[in-house]
Amino acid sequence: MSTAENYLTHSSGIRSWLLTRDHKRIGILYLISIMSSFFLGGISALLIRTELLTPNHALMSPEAYNKMFTLHGAVMIFLFVIPGVPATLGNFFLPIMLGAKDVAFPRLNLASWYLYVFGALFALASIVMGGVDTGWTFYTPYSVITNTSVVALTAGAFILGFSSILTGINFVVTIHKLRPDWMTWFKMPLFLWSLYATAIIQILATPVLGITLLLLILERTLGIGIFNPALGGDPVLYQHFFWFYSHPAVYIMILPAMGIMSELVSTFSHRTIFGYRFIAYSSIAIAVISFLVWGHHMFVSGQSNLADLIFSFLTFLVAIPSGIKVFNWLATMYKGSITLEAPMLYALSFLFLFGIGGLTGLFLGALSTDVHLHDTYFVVAHFHYVMFGGTVIAFLGGLHYWWPKMFGRMYSEKWARIAAVVIFIGFNLTFFAQFIMGSKGMPRRYASYPARFQPYHDVSTIGSYVLSIGFVIMAVYLIHSLFRGRRAPANPWGGTTLEWKCGSPPPHDNFAETPGPCEPYDFRGIVYDPAIGGYVDTARARS
Amino acid sequence: MGNGSFWLPPAASSGAPVVDRLFHFIYWTAFVFFVLVVGLMVLFVLRYRRRPGQKDHGPAPTHNTALELTWTIIPLIVVGVIFYLGFAGFMDISTPPQNAYEIQVTAMRWKWSFTYPNGLTDEDLHVPADQPVRLVMTSTDVIHGFFVPDFRLKHDVVPGRYNTVWFRAGKPGTHDIFCTQYCGTGHSEMHAQVIVQNPDDFQKWLDGAASALAHASPVELGERLYHTLGCAQCHSVDGASSTGPTWKGLYGSKVPLNGGGSVTADENYVRESILEPNAKVVLGYAAIMPTYQGRVKDPDVAAIIAYMKTVK
Repeated sequence: MSTAENYLTHSSGIRSWLLTRDHKRIGILYLISIMSSFFLGGISALLIRTELLTPNHALMSPEAYNKMFTLHGAVMIFLFVIPGVPATLGNFFLPIMLGAKDVAFPRLNLASWYLYVFGALFALASIVMGGVDTGWTFYTPYSVITNTSVVALTAGAFILGFSSILTGINFVVTIHKLRPDWMTWFKMPLFLWSLYATAIIQILATPVLGITLLLLILERTLGIGIFNPALGGDPVLYQHFFWFYSHPAVYIMILPAMGIMSELVSTFSHRTIFGYRFIAYSSIAIAVISFLVWGHHMFVSGQSNLADLIFSFLTFLVAIPSGIKVFNWLATMYKGSITLEAPMLYALSFLFLFGIGGLTGLFLGALSTDVHLHDTYFVVAHFHYVMFGGTVIAFLGGLHYWWPKMFGRMYSEKWARIAAVVIFIGFNLTFFAQFIMGSKGMPRRYASYPARFQPYHDVSTIGSYVLSIGFVIMAVYLIHSLFRGRRAPANPWGGTTLEWKCGSPPPHDNFAETPGPCEPYDFRGIVYDPAIGGYVDTARARS
Repeated sequence: MGNGSFWLPPAASSGAPVVDRLFHFIYWTAFVFFVLVVGLMVLFVLRYRRRPGQKDHGPAPTHNTALELTWTIIPLIVVGVIFYLGFAGFMDISTPPQNAYEIQVTAMRWKWSFTYPNGLTDEDLHVPADQPVRLVMTSTDVIHGFFVPDFRLKHDVVPGRYNTVWFRAGKPGTHDIFCTQYCGTGHSEMHAQVIVQNPDDFQKWLDGAASALAHASPVELGERLYHTLGCAQCHSVDGASSTGPTWKGLYGSKVPLNGGGSVTADENYVRESILEPNAKVVLGYAAIMPTYQGRVKDPDVAAIIAYMKTVK
């Protein structure tokens, strides 16, 4: 198997990568790009946490701090979490899980990556030009009057939006048109349902962000007077426009992660997914309701009490489909045959952390408690429990799950488990302390703070160091595996979806011929074969 | 009203217990759900972990509509209750009584100022204990956030419009005011205090401060304006460099400018720098000072200059 042609050996040279139309190679290009962004965002996070070790300015000036948290937020959101799962794992596995050779529009796919790089360059340019100090939300009128390079960064986010839209369009068309005849909607892996729901949001919501950022750029350059009250504009209107995209955007971030969870929990419980239809429909429900809750970011902005009432109500509704998924994953473990390889540790970690992230959302969705908690570290902690504890942890689970398939090599299981545990501990130290200081009244985006909050900040900072140790361990064993790892079998974990039926790494065309009918999550006949160190499908071998 | 807990700061207004009750209700509800989810997860991992030679657990169910509807509908009822309590409490704490004492709040980078019905402006918020107080808030530049953790009170302060909040403070004491809407360089320094006083003490303070101001010399008035207009946030009077140049020894000195050249800091330069701050910026400082055009009158400018002359 190792000598067989695969997508990595299909052609060589830098041109064969930069001009590739292979969705797998584009997925790898994205993986390298977004991990670089994650590194940049992570370094800025460590600098922020280090500054906050003491109540006063120690490491940097307030101006530098303000630029640092803007950098952290903008890079992590626009360059890492939003493209994260769909552009890397989605790109690589969506066609394979459909039994297709590629996405519907391979050239458009490559164009999306170039747009991503182009947008990222604008973001980097804004740093070179001195940075931006508005926060990733670019609230007006501050973003209109600050003398930092807001235009470069917002132009970058504008371009990145198109990358996201084009990926979404590609995925929707691919799922509609390139499924084999036998694969009905309800025979699709749940990861694809979640990518589909995500793509719908990407296509419908992202243009609103584009228009909003364009208006902001026009406001700054031409003074058109739409957001700046000094020119008769309305700064709160900007918030409506911004959150009309950016709230659905958090579901762009979390939905694909939930899709990964469905795959992980089922595979490592070695048991069919419980309540397939409820999980599939809940993804669509989340996508629909997510458009109607943006006002919950604005309960103290001065919008009307009636708007507060409606948005609070709809916010609680969107909690339900997420709850359904959690209970269905738990039920999938019931009567399973659970193995605890690294991807499953991440899945369990997700249930714990996303559980806290989701439940703390109840405090923020309720109007009277949100008044107290809004714009404090409680929100920062909630957001990180959902986005990091949810999306990033699931992304890491998916990365470990599919790593052998993507690169044809196994990583060190022992070190992977150690890293997963270190990350879990570091994460909780970092962010749980932030819940407590937040509910005690510590506002967010503070470069200096009253001394009574220092113990919480110190725990949080130490946690962030532990967290980064976990990531360093991960980087070492993953890179090591590329060169020295054991050759991966086709199906190392006992997965049932189509990607486990082609080689590791997959051949250039994924499948020699379109795979025949099969059920996702049918584990009958999938047994471990010690001779190859992986699973084989005995039911299929017999027939 | 209490002294605070592991999670919450002291509760020092009539609205705070309303918020705290719901906080604890949600906390325990969330706790039960969290223990349920993580408990089941741990139980299943222990019970159904694959072990060598283990027996098959029998066919596992693929779905169970009744069960799935149960864990759809029960959470729906729970969040419905939380929604209702949140809204009811919100209406309680956001509807001011008729007879509330009104104070005007002006937020600016990076300073709060509070104007009382007798025209007095102060940098801290003095209020009478156990009386409803209504704040009418606006901003002169960007959006700020008015937050008193001990009162569980927060509202954005938006330029170009008025937002109101109200509260009834408890016992005499002091409480932090924070800015919670990011507003630039001095965002984290934009502190003030709520000073709750017995109604008699409050009235005495108010009358005393107003009469002292009426008889103040230009230097005294200038020193007061130095604090209430927010000059002190960026300009020290002890020689320390901050966001802006220090005032110590500034008057009459020759200051180098950004972009070359220099200027003598006389009355005209100081006046220009207050009204048109970015016309001539001192070397090494960013052009970020907001204009005071329309916010200070000529006698105020004169008083500030008089005070500046005394800072040597």
